[in-house]
Amino acid sequence: MEYQAQAGQLASPKAISSKSNTRRRRVSDALWGYVFILPQFVGLLVFAFIPLVAVFYLSMVSWDGLGSIQFVGFKNFIDQFTSDDLHIALTNTFIYTIISVPGGIIVSLLLALGVNRVRGKDIYRLLYFMPQVTSPVAIAVIWLWLLNNDFGLINVLLKSWFHIQGPGWLTDDHLVIPSIAIVSIWASVGFNMIIFLAGLQGIPDTYAEAARIDGANRFQLFWRVTLPLLSPTLFFATVIAIIGSFQVFDLIYVLTAGGPGKDSYVMVYHLYHLAFEQFTFGPASAAAVILFGLILIFTLIQFTLQRYWVHYES
Amino acid sequence: MLQETASRTMPREHAEARAITKPSNLGKAGLRALLHLLLIIGAIIMATPFLWMILTSLKTNAQAFSIPPTWIPNPFVWQNYVQSLQALPFGLAYVNTTYITLIVVASTLITCSMAGYSFARIRFPGRGILFVVFLATLMIPFQLTIIPQFIIMTKLGWIDSHLALIAPAALFNAFGVFLMRQFIRGIPIELEEAALVDGANRWTVFWRIILPLLKAPMAALGILTFMGTWNNFFNALIYLNTPELFTVQMMLNQFRGQYNTEWTLVMAGSVIAVLPILIVYVILQRQIIQGIALTGLKA
Repeated sequence: MEYQAQAGQLASPKAISSKSNTRRRRVSDALWGYVFILPQFVGLLVFAFIPLVAVFYLSMVSWDGLGSIQFVGFKNFIDQFTSDDLHIALTNTFIYTIISVPGGIIVSLLLALGVNRVRGKDIYRLLYFMPQVTSPVAIAVIWLWLLNNDFGLINVLLKSWFHIQGPGWLTDDHLVIPSIAIVSIWASVGFNMIIFLAGLQGIPDTYAEAARIDGANRFQLFWRVTLPLLSPTLFFATVIAIIGSFQVFDLIYVLTAGGPGKDSYVMVYHLYHLAFEQFTFGPASAAAVILFGLILIFTLIQFTLQRYWVHYES
Repeated sequence: MLQETASRTMPREHAEARAITKPSNLGKAGLRALLHLLLIIGAIIMATPFLWMILTSLKTNAQAFSIPPTWIPNPFVWQNYVQSLQALPFGLAYVNTTYITLIVVASTLITCSMAGYSFARIRFPGRGILFVVFLATLMIPFQLTIIPQFIIMTKLGWIDSHLALIAPAALFNAFGVFLMRQFIRGIPIELEEAALVDGANRWTVFWRIILPLLKAPMAALGILTFMGTWNNFFNALIYLNTPELFTVQMMLNQFRGQYNTEWTLVMAGSVIAVLPILIVYVILQRQIIQGIALTGLKA
């Protein structure tokens, strides 16, 4: 109808190059541009940008959300840095990271190397990846039962096969974080394995062939050829894993509620406690900023260190 | 595997050199068997917790707490499931979680496609900067923004309502925008140009031409968003107080807390909570894993 008529007009060279037509079209196009990004832009503004600015402001006030806001400058930060709770949270988070990240990466790397060479890849992938789609709550509940001191499968097997009384996996002060780390490794091994599998499949066979012709054995092949070529993937997996481990919460909340005592009290638990149990939003925001700073620093350190061990193909 | 590829790609002379360096057949078969064994042990370690959950959910208390362990329940106590569903309103939690997830997924897919199209194809002032801003937000850990977000929700009066769970996820997904934009850039521009020249406006172009071509990234984004929303716990934990509004994850946590010695019931509750996702996973595993690998590689 009118489109046809317009098409005829627009199709003619004169109409296309006419200045007012072009400008009108560009303006209407730009308007469409804004309309299309409007929902996400509103979301960005309300749920990312404003909160990002606000958290820095909140970290410098004292407020419970209801009463009056009092500006306190850096007091919250000083309080946090000198608070026992923060020190405990930091220590626990670090220990958890040190166990779960290298452990997880090594196990998933070995698994990827193995699965890459056998048939039945799909079944292995299905099984190893299953925990990734289950919620942390469900994983925690399952493992709470498995690690139950008296009737959990682990201790029951230890008792009936080896006649040893299994330890309190989640109740012993020194075992609780390693136990949680192992659950975490179990849960995340599939994810990293998929990443490494994709990385391995991106390595052209020609490299391995050249090495084999030169007489390299399996071991040398791995260390001198596979690993360096896999290092970008390894780097990516490590960065993601460390960032993730600094942010662990759901699993711990359901498994131990930060306990026993404060033995599994990690940074995000500390944040949760300050903000949503005590409603002291000032210190909580300061803790959030500190956590963010830590993540930033560690990520930057990793990026700086990558030139020492990550080989990118030119 | 490398051997097989090599024999296809390498000339005859090299095949002899290969044969010289090939380890003896027996040794190779042994290694391969060992590898399979280790992988199977690993698979057993992965599967056992799930199996144990299902088995326990069907046992009597006596069998669940037996030493040595009872592997197969006898008889199958389906009653546990009935009891679980009656103990806490799991059904209601399901309804809640389902409709929250559906709204979030639908909204995410549409708004991210729209924004992705705009960033990919439409020229408007500030496009470059805005896109960079979107990308930059990917680096913000959610713990940084959740506290002010909570306060915003308080001021909006959305605490203890599903809106608090739906709105942020439905309206903001920088990763989704990024994904869609990258994909749309790959669509041949001639298709749109033809339509635009024929007088169609951007809206028509988007709905009639672009959207039908976005099946693959929308599947990936949809699955990821579905999983993320269904499995979410932290947001539900801080925003919801009334049990009638609880999501499946919250209900499960509640169950664990209230019935913490009735492990057969708790396991039944877990199965109830986990089953839909597992079914979706088994059916769509290829797409799910591809979607997640896509995440990793794109980044």
